[in-house]
Amino acid sequence: MSLQSFIDSAISPWMQEEGPDHDIVLSTRIRLARNFTDVPFPIVAEEEKLKIVSNWIKTHFNQQSFNQYEGLEYFEMSTLQPIEKRALVEKHLISPYLMEKEKESGVLVSKNEQVSLMINEEDHIRLQLYFPGLQLDRGLEEAFHMDDWLEEKIDYAFDEKRGYLTSCPTNVGTGLRASVMMHLPALTLTSKIGKMVPAINQLGLVVRGMYGEGSEAVGNIYQISNQITLGRSEQDIIEDLQSVVEKLIEQERFAREMLVEQSELRLEDRVFRSYGILKYSRIIESKEAAKCLSDLRLGIDVGYFNHLSRSILNELMVLTQPAFLQQYAQETLTPKQRDIKRATIIRERLGLEES
Amino acid sequence: MECEICHENPATLHLTNYINGQKTELHVCQKCAMEKGYIEPKDDAYTIHDLLSGLFNFNSNLSNQPGINKSNQNELTCPHCKMTYHQFAKVGKFGCAHCYKTFEDHLNPIFRKVHSGNTEHTGKIPKRQHVHLQQKRLIQDYRNRLKTLIDEENFEEAAKLRDRIKALESGESSSDSNEEE
Repeated sequence: MSLQSFIDSAISPWMQEEGPDHDIVLSTRIRLARNFTDVPFPIVAEEEKLKIVSNWIKTHFNQQSFNQYEGLEYFEMSTLQPIEKRALVEKHLISPYLMEKEKESGVLVSKNEQVSLMINEEDHIRLQLYFPGLQLDRGLEEAFHMDDWLEEKIDYAFDEKRGYLTSCPTNVGTGLRASVMMHLPALTLTSKIGKMVPAINQLGLVVRGMYGEGSEAVGNIYQISNQITLGRSEQDIIEDLQSVVEKLIEQERFAREMLVEQSELRLEDRVFRSYGILKYSRIIESKEAAKCLSDLRLGIDVGYFNHLSRSILNELMVLTQPAFLQQYAQETLTPKQRDIKRATIIRERLGLEES
Repeated sequence: MECEICHENPATLHLTNYINGQKTELHVCQKCAMEKGYIEPKDDAYTIHDLLSGLFNFNSNLSNQPGINKSNQNELTCPHCKMTYHQFAKVGKFGCAHCYKTFEDHLNPIFRKVHSGNTEHTGKIPKRQHVHLQQKRLIQDYRNRLKTLIDEENFEEAAKLRDRIKALESGESSSDSNEEE
């Protein structure tokens, strides 16, 4: 397979568009947790009960289309190869938790990979929508439409007082988790982000690394999301998140300007060193790759390069993950072989830009 | 650039100090900065799971409360999924939608802690299943607005709104009669 056609298959179509504030915000995700009213939650349900859910989804929604989300297709976890599941995780279409589940679990994905419905994960349904850049309002609106469409055919577990009932008490009420993925190299480099996190937490929002709870901010990519789901309307939750994200964007842009002005040659030196490593190394670990890619992206954003496209960070962050490397190689690789393959892909990808 | 204190690790922190208008710069590594007290050590990552298990432990320690004691034969058990309160406290997850009713008496303190003091839903309502609820919510919104209008002495608008509320309420009473619950 050529690298270009591999990239086309590995990068979700929606990721290739540029959204608002795309110099800092990589993507916006809206997730709604929903359950069937009379089926026990997956944590205790027997297989035959979960089958009611998965069959219902298959009968009513497989091969259907909703607005721009065409060609919804259901994949059963038990029929997928481990490497295929890992690739779905790396594309954020399923959670690592779903990957481990066998019993009647699956995922319904739209052709453009913008919508995914995880079935029988922690809840019966986890509806997720992705958007490039910062698009919380649009995301919520479209998630609501999709939710209404599902609800035409599903009796949701809902209580007047507690709202949408979920397996975990942390999701009850709206079942909403809105998150924004941000690239914050300047706030990290100047250690400002650490000071901002406690204030953000006080607003009921959480800051995490790219791969969810407890993960460190690899490649200076942070995920900001709401923690509170009960007692506040979805719009209020989104508004708070929006204002914090806007503040972070403003601070990041300011910190970048200061760095460019005040670091003299240090920032430029750092960026070009990283560029050199990416361009010439033969073996590279994922952590080093992430760091260098972050530097390179910052360099592109502040204008040190004009022949490289911004999408390079988003793309290579996905492509250099273990499952994709192995898919590209079409064989299982040892960690050492992966580091070699990773360096090769990065060199080739940069080569595409320069030809 | 290496750390100016230990000369071993790369300097990742660049501190600027102004003393009597005199600017000094310091380039140090994370470790030395921490040792010298220039930066605060980060708190251990706090996870929602830690919080929850702490919470439930607190609750289940009050085992003199009826229905919570592990050894109690009449332990609170969900009739639909058979989950006991003790199991719920241990895993921190509900077994089914009916658990919310079964464990109702114990939930407010948990929700308050997890959701910053909130215990009741104010967001979206399912369109098809809960039509009457949506109307109820709408009437409540109108009533609040009516209050503001009256406070503002905007009686003309207030009268219009009051009529709308009346119309809605007469409509609601008819749909109340076929309420599912």
